[in-house]
Amino acid sequence: MALPYRIIHCLNQFFGGIGGEDKASLKPCLLEGPRGPGNILQKFFPDIEVTATIAFGDNYVAENTDRAVREVLDMLRPFFESAKAEKPVMLLAGPAFNAGRYGLACGALCKAVAARYEIPAVASMFPQNPAVNEYRKDIYIAKAGEDVMAMEESVRKLGVLGLKLLEGEAIWPEKDEYIPRGFRQNYFHTQSGATRAIDMLLKKLKGESFTTEYPMPTFDRVKPAPAIKDMSTARLALVTSGGIVPKGNPDRISAANAQCFGTYSIEGISAFTPESYQTAHGGYDPTFANENPNRVLPLDAVCELAAEGFIGTLHEYYYATVGNATSVANARKFGESIAKILVADGVQAVILTST
Amino acid sequence: MALTIGSIWIEDIEFGHKSLLRDKILVVNKEDLRNFLLGKDNRIRALDIALAKPEESTRIICVKDVIAPWCKVKGDAPGEGVNHVVKNVAVVTCGKIVGYQEGIIDMSGPGAAYSPFSQTFNVVLDIEVVPGLEPHQHEEVVRLAGLAAANFLGEAIRTSEPDLLETFDSPDVLPVSPDLPKVAYVYMLLSQGLLHDTYVFGQDAKAGMPRIISPHVLMDVSITSGNCVSACDKNTTWHHQNNPLLREMYQRHGKELNFVGVVLTNEPVRLAAKQDSSAKTIELVKSMGAEGAVISKEGFGNPDADQMMLIRGLEEAGVKTTSITDEYAGVDGGSQSLADVTSEADAIISVGNANGLIILPPMDRLLGPIKDLSHLAGAYPQSVHDDRSLEIELQGIIGSTNELGSQRLSCREI
Amino acid sequence: MVKEIERAGIPVVHCCSIIPISKTVGANRIVPTIAIPHPFGDPALRLEEEKTVRKELVKKALKALATPVNQQTIF
Repeated sequence: MALPYRIIHCLNQFFGGIGGEDKASLKPCLLEGPRGPGNILQKFFPDIEVTATIAFGDNYVAENTDRAVREVLDMLRPFFESAKAEKPVMLLAGPAFNAGRYGLACGALCKAVAARYEIPAVASMFPQNPAVNEYRKDIYIAKAGEDVMAMEESVRKLGVLGLKLLEGEAIWPEKDEYIPRGFRQNYFHTQSGATRAIDMLLKKLKGESFTTEYPMPTFDRVKPAPAIKDMSTARLALVTSGGIVPKGNPDRISAANAQCFGTYSIEGISAFTPESYQTAHGGYDPTFANENPNRVLPLDAVCELAAEGFIGTLHEYYYATVGNATSVANARKFGESIAKILVADGVQAVILTST
Repeated sequence: MALTIGSIWIEDIEFGHKSLLRDKILVVNKEDLRNFLLGKDNRIRALDIALAKPEESTRIICVKDVIAPWCKVKGDAPGEGVNHVVKNVAVVTCGKIVGYQEGIIDMSGPGAAYSPFSQTFNVVLDIEVVPGLEPHQHEEVVRLAGLAAANFLGEAIRTSEPDLLETFDSPDVLPVSPDLPKVAYVYMLLSQGLLHDTYVFGQDAKAGMPRIISPHVLMDVSITSGNCVSACDKNTTWHHQNNPLLREMYQRHGKELNFVGVVLTNEPVRLAAKQDSSAKTIELVKSMGAEGAVISKEGFGNPDADQMMLIRGLEEAGVKTTSITDEYAGVDGGSQSLADVTSEADAIISVGNANGLIILPPMDRLLGPIKDLSHLAGAYPQSVHDDRSLEIELQGIIGSTNELGSQRLSCREI
Repeated sequence: MVKEIERAGIPVVHCCSIIPISKTVGANRIVPTIAIPHPFGDPALRLEEEKTVRKELVKKALKALATPVNQQTIF
């Protein structure tokens, strides 16, 4: 990359030098060269050249986010259609300090520009800024102070992080003072896991401070769907993460960390037979499931109960994946796709079996 | 009734006329070993024996178990007498894919850093069984052949002079330092069915758990692996023979802590059994008077629930814990790492994200059932590139995220 | 998967052996089953007995779907 690094800087109306709260509804506009904090950036980092500044009313972006993002992307298009050497290599935004609307605007613009033009984007925010939670997974957020008193120090952190990203250097949240993005990355420690475990226990026993290597996460919850009034008239579908698939595993669902789910017809089938079905799951002893796949997905019992009038109708397909080291992100994706099909088919209830 | 372990390190290994240790070189008579193993079990149809050394361009595939060669030169009960063991030699058993979770060892290249067995001189047994065996019988043949080979090689060092002699005794007879905290070790064993079992004194660990067992007995070859969980976090027999937590607990005893003992427990398949094992384990740890405990694990997914139950119960009982686990955070590291969590688990040692990707360059030599290589693609999310390099998740490498803590790998949020 | 289907407004009964995981994952209607490798079966039983047990478990799951809940409930 040729020096100096050409960057685009995003600022709200106030720091962009356009006006105060009275201009908070201003549409984004493109200004040539640096403004306010952009000048400090250039002063600290001679390798950075602020090609253009996008100034926006923070109310406008916070209230019309989609429209504002489209407008900014359009505004920037000419830069990315220009000759290669002229193209901006990064987007910086803020510091937004602890200003919520300003933070949200910086987050939204950084995320959109990074995705569309494939350049790194870094915002600068106070860690408690409400936009941090919203955007920390999507973009890099350098830690800023709480208010404008911390301008120089915040600009410096933003610039250091930006340059490291451009130069492909390894970065770590604690050392480089940015908000952790929620991605786990492997590295080699100097000590074995066993040594670390005993060291940490001794610290804990002495009441000394220690840092867990995996902080406990919080899981999201979903509101329970209303109960079925009468199962004998309801339409039921079967789903399993226990890996029951037609013999030969036609969709090649992995034994671990499945990348897909299978959709299989059960029309006219009243039970799984070991001749025609098997498990593709690699995480449990398959002997019993292969002997009788109904032990994992009880199709035989469901069909009998349907015949006896306990169930209205059965959805003609079942859905199967392998819940073995399968990432939550993939499981969510499978769930969303299956839900769409089930809703379209008028399915009212689901039995989901896991091993 | 202490156990003395005489450790031996070799400088090279080679095939030769007589199996013996000479000038730091372990000589193996291939035909004798072959005949010994074939003679022991008529269910072995074909057997290939090969050597793999550190830094060679060699990849071993479909690895089932790894065992350090050893022999008991004095005494006969576990935890008694004198054992000789070759520290940097390993018997590596390979066979066709049965449990989907057989693993890879690379002797050089980027994959080597992730497995302890790139550092050992390996005697690789590629075992084919007679047709018609059930999967668990297949695994039994391979498991017993590996143990037999480790004994066969152990005979070669019966009369050798060990490089290091260490004696391990029951914590009951070790001196106690009143100023140091009392620490126990909770040792979880996977025990979930015919292909997912662990054996203690040759008995299936599904029964008779949890129990207090003296660590010096565990320093003997008391636990053997018989399971097909993911290669990265299965505890092979070698890991049980070389449990780093036991070793460190002994080393730090009287200096930083009082090692009060070990509770062996299982990871059963039924919730009631999990709750039962957990409750009993907590009682046993309390009965030892432990103030703190380290909890190691085997496998992932439902064993996370066992580990979290133990953490919650022990912390509620006033026993402080640290626990070793690996993570399954997805290839990009952005997903939930564990299947179960509890807020009491505030001291976790992460031994790495098993979903992390690595590219293993092509190797000159492949050992193991090579015709099964393409099937490996169904076992692990991975792909073979045009240049024959292999893109694989770390979970396919034997011992890469070992939950006894034998490796240096860790994981952090970026 | 449970949560995404439930989010679409369809009640899901999650039948699994290891309840703590189901609770952590966030299922609302949970029916405990027999064991990990055979949630709806028990190889120790005779085939007819096993089938009866399986049917009873499915009935329990159907009942769970027909029961209003406002938090995670184990049936």
